[in-house]
Amino acid sequence: MKKNTKRSSVYLAVVFILLYLPILYLFFYSFNKAGTMNQFQGFTFKHYSALQKDTRLLIIALDTLRVALLSSLAATVIGTLGAIGIYFSRAKRTQRILINLNTILLVSPDVIIGASFLLLFTLIGFRLGFYSVLVSHIAFSIPIVVLMVLPKLEEMNEHMITAGRDLGANQWQVLKEIILPDIRPGVFAGFFMAFTYSIDDFAVSFFVTGNGFATLAVEIYSRARQGVSLEINALSTLLFLVTIGLVLIYYFIQKKQRSKKQPLSLDPTNHEKAVRP
Amino acid sequence: MKKLTVLSFLIVLLASGLHFTKNLLQHTSGTAEPDIFHLYNWGDYIDPELLSRFEKETGYQVIYETFDSNEAMYTKVEQGGTGYDLVIPSEYMIARMIKEDLVLPLDHEKINGFENIDGAFMDLSFDRGNQYSIPYFWGTLGIAYNENMVKDAPMTWEDLFDSEYRNSILMIDGAREVLGIGLQATGHSLNSKDRNELDAAADKLTDLAPNIKALVADEIKMYMIQEEAGLAVTYSGEAADMIWENEDIHYILPEEGSNLWFDNMVIPYTVKNKEAAYAFINFMLVPEVAAQNADYIGYSTPNKAAMAYFAEETIEDEQFYPDQSTLEKLEVYEDLGQEFIGLYNDLFLKFKTLK
Amino acid sequence: MDKQRKLLSAPYYLWMGLFVVVPVLLMLFQSFRDMDGSFTFLNLKGYFTSPVYLYMTGQSFLYAFLITAMTLFISYPAAYFLTKTKHKQLWLLVLILPTWINILLKAYAFIGILSQSGLVNQLLGVMGVGPQPLLFTRSSFLIVATYIEIPFMLLPLFNALDGIEGSLILASRDLGANEWQTFRSVVYPLSLSGVRSGIQAVFIPSLSLFMLTRLIAGNRVMTLGTAIEQHFLVTKNWGMGSVMGIVLIVIVFVVMGLTRKHQRGGIG
Repeated sequence: MKKNTKRSSVYLAVVFILLYLPILYLFFYSFNKAGTMNQFQGFTFKHYSALQKDTRLLIIALDTLRVALLSSLAATVIGTLGAIGIYFSRAKRTQRILINLNTILLVSPDVIIGASFLLLFTLIGFRLGFYSVLVSHIAFSIPIVVLMVLPKLEEMNEHMITAGRDLGANQWQVLKEIILPDIRPGVFAGFFMAFTYSIDDFAVSFFVTGNGFATLAVEIYSRARQGVSLEINALSTLLFLVTIGLVLIYYFIQKKQRSKKQPLSLDPTNHEKAVRP
Repeated sequence: MKKLTVLSFLIVLLASGLHFTKNLLQHTSGTAEPDIFHLYNWGDYIDPELLSRFEKETGYQVIYETFDSNEAMYTKVEQGGTGYDLVIPSEYMIARMIKEDLVLPLDHEKINGFENIDGAFMDLSFDRGNQYSIPYFWGTLGIAYNENMVKDAPMTWEDLFDSEYRNSILMIDGAREVLGIGLQATGHSLNSKDRNELDAAADKLTDLAPNIKALVADEIKMYMIQEEAGLAVTYSGEAADMIWENEDIHYILPEEGSNLWFDNMVIPYTVKNKEAAYAFINFMLVPEVAAQNADYIGYSTPNKAAMAYFAEETIEDEQFYPDQSTLEKLEVYEDLGQEFIGLYNDLFLKFKTLK
Repeated sequence: MDKQRKLLSAPYYLWMGLFVVVPVLLMLFQSFRDMDGSFTFLNLKGYFTSPVYLYMTGQSFLYAFLITAMTLFISYPAAYFLTKTKHKQLWLLVLILPTWINILLKAYAFIGILSQSGLVNQLLGVMGVGPQPLLFTRSSFLIVATYIEIPFMLLPLFNALDGIEGSLILASRDLGANEWQTFRSVVYPLSLSGVRSGIQAVFIPSLSLFMLTRLIAGNRVMTLGTAIEQHFLVTKNWGMGSVMGIVLIVIVFVVMGLTRKHQRGGIG
């Protein structure tokens, strides 16, 4: 048993190192005196000071984060409720059709989605800008949320719901007290996937940005004609460090709270709590 | 549930925080609707200092949006949706936009500084009499090579077919560029609309395929600098950057001729602020401004009067400001029309699968 | 009761209707139109008689399959071990964070790592092996694509594995099963739903990867994404592009059908 945990930690460590190697490489070269991502010629902060002056890039970064946060939140809410709707739809055929429809958007190449969204927006006279980007990001993130939440629903113990109903819980209480706590890991996974899709998307965003609103991916790709500058590396380094920081802070706050409450309540995902009135 | 609600609330709060920070950065004090000028250009294709100078001198507020390819730009302009006042596409795309009435004719009365532009870059096939467009930057397609990695300096397209260069050429990922090499190597125009000529060109290119290391785009510059390959077919502006970073690299224009390209300023039909568009054109035509911009971007400026601001060696650099006789051998891409664009691309796809 | 539930799902249906059904109908409509806008079967015929397009379809499928297999192979043990670590949620997050860095930038980092004078070749040099051409090879494309997709596989797998109740595993142990037996007859079947979402989340986007095919593989690998992009933007032949889009969708439904069957087999 001891040997096994050791082996598993080694494996995890290797995966961890492999996943972070390119990232560290990026960070390292953000301090490169030369302008490219090879041949390190000396240490400098100049790309960071260039970034500080580039308000355009900073504004775009802030906008990108804002769209990603809001769109993934909305997509998570809509997608989770949608998944619950699909799960409870009576006829198995309807269910299958809905799941298939859900996948279509995941499948369609970005260019097609982007172009058809642009067509749609101009057709109904929707102004391109923050809201058009937000709406489209929500649209392509919803299916991934559904994809993450559905398996959790399928694993759910249905007797729990029946039991809840028998105890007189209404629809809302069943949702709040039984279903949501049970599928929470799926909901979180959905949010993270949606956030990632939103941050990374270029093709769809390109078509629906406008009127001065842009996202980071669109800007980075457009700058590629001149070669990606290390300023972008510097920006990514900063954003990444902030993210890691936030994650750590959140995690430890949560842990502290949990340990304080320990004697009172169990892990909220636990079924016992869910059935307790 | 409670936790989910709290988290959602935190996310919304964070988003508002971001919005607030953005407004701080933008430092728009909110006084009266500013006079907005909407520019649609390649990313990082203008000195940002010039943009703020333009804002200061004219009082317009510039909204700068970027695209990564002519084709993507076209789709967006055609569809409408945003009111671009000025766009800077390449010449073959301008020809197409003229044909489809997507750009407006220019009022030459309102333009100052026309005479600063070199006559060689005016009145070209894609826009006779410059009715629609004003040159912004220009350049050529040619061969960049690293002197330590080739046996002889290449002089012609034909030299690239040498079996010595197996798996060592980086090629630009574009249908017209690649087929153009085949066409010019077989002695035809790179605007050919003759199926036999095109088939012959595609045939000729099968011999080039084994020499191609990779078909790539903007990354060529980086690969050449770090000596991943010894030869590349690339644009002059890119080559200028390579030479700047790596002294062993040189750039030549093949003897058979090559492509001469332009990025010109046009006013699209979506224009909302014509006055601002003309003000911007006039601003960019000022020799000193054009010189500063060319210095920042590294591409060749069509502004003859701007030359006075350059160092002697830049202007005499045959590679980037070629003499008249070389210039005459260069061809500008013409709009081929739907059918032949399709054919060129099909032939190119086939070429790609040869790898 | 059902009415309430329908009301909650209403935004989902609305969104799907507007952004899935409409674009797909548009695509279907386009695929039967020629460049002048009249009805035609020529696009379909053109696709199925073109060796180039069929070759690209085959390649898309092959590489998507390989990428999915490799990510699954690497992620499954990682996800499994992860569920046993102390701060599992934190570690999971840390493993997923790299996806938030722009893909173009990561591709450039890989170019630096794999190039002639790059990190890997320098290591090889230390070991006495001369520089190898690593960039623009199919294997480096597979490696980088796998790298990009691992987090998308890891997340659903972790969720499925983590959801398995500890009591089931304890019960299995009590019944005298060793670790491998427990894994095979308890953990593995219960994790299949995660495997399925993981495969879908990785396989589908891999079919139309086109950024990496150029940046890392130098267009030595050609996927349908390349051709679709071209038809929608360059040649403006939306009919042909749509046909390929539809073909992609059909392929994916076939894959989904297969994974569904697989699951049933696993449980039974």
